[in-house]
Amino acid sequence: MQISSKLWLAVMLVAAVFSFLYYEAANAEYGDVVINEFSDEAGMRPVVFPHWFHRIRFRCKVCHGDLGFKFEAGGNGINMLKIIDGEYCGACHNGDVAWSIENCDLCHSGIPETPTHVHHSTTQKLVAPLQSGTTDSAARQADGGEQQP
Amino acid sequence: MNAVNMRNLAILLIAGGMAVLAMAFLASLAEAQSNPNAFNRLMKPASERNAPPPSDGIHDPDSEGTHILQTPRESFDPLPDSISGNYVDWNAAIDAGDIAPRNSIGESPAAPIVLDLNIVREVKGSMPDVVYPHKQHTQWLDCSNCHPAIFIPQKGANQISMASILLGEKCGVCHGKVAFPVSECRRCHSRPKEQTAAN
Repeated sequence: MQISSKLWLAVMLVAAVFSFLYYEAANAEYGDVVINEFSDEAGMRPVVFPHWFHRIRFRCKVCHGDLGFKFEAGGNGINMLKIIDGEYCGACHNGDVAWSIENCDLCHSGIPETPTHVHHSTTQKLVAPLQSGTTDSAARQADGGEQQP
Repeated sequence: MNAVNMRNLAILLIAGGMAVLAMAFLASLAEAQSNPNAFNRLMKPASERNAPPPSDGIHDPDSEGTHILQTPRESFDPLPDSISGNYVDWNAAIDAGDIAPRNSIGESPAAPIVLDLNIVREVKGSMPDVVYPHKQHTQWLDCSNCHPAIFIPQKGANQISMASILLGEKCGVCHGKVAFPVSECRRCHSRPKEQTAAN
């Protein structure tokens, strides 16, 4: 009994050291969109929208056509009122098609003060590398603002 | 020396051995970081791709929600691979029936209207010509997503350059953001130029 508990403690300690070593603030998934138009000001974490998760379930045209999402990070002026009225995210996130808006943390899960941008996008890498902790509009504009009709 | 002492000695030895291993690992890590001639110094190793949300760099690990979200790796595991972007070949995934994204919000949506029409764009310079397949694009998108705002539906009416694509215009509205990135040159520049006037 004594051996197993002490051994267990030792294993846990070593495991903790190793997991700490392996933990790295690496990189989010290609195509994830951070939306931080109003969140920081409102004291909420910015929204992280995972494109990959949604494109497995819906074709692009459902959101970027039927629901009217423009191809522009931060270009849609989405706020919670629109969402509870069934616009944008609210067309599905209504407790019917997808989980409802009371799960604040599932969308508002970004690191505070992360600017609006498409993560890992070519423009973000080449044109406007993000300064972490700054919410500047330059990154957003370089990230796809200007091609909208 | 009684049995309890023997046990304690054994534990001490095991724990000590593990500590030595950990130190050795730390030392090798430090060496890897300090070695100026290490392999792929600027590249993200494959093991770090598609990291789980708490360690992906944009999700806040202090948020409860972050730990409920799905890990991309788990989702991508059964899907066909590609070499960049999400490291998933999304079109192959649809063709193989691995994923069946809905065409509208409802559960029994109409099938998408797929247009099987290739547009060849002859490019300046030495790169092979671009073959644009409507088929793969209309599997995901409606005509109105691109026409006429991004591309005028008329031959010769659209000026496209790699510079504008890299800046997020034309093809770059999606390619380089969510569709496969422009580093996969040959997926678009796929038709070899015809050899002309060769003497």
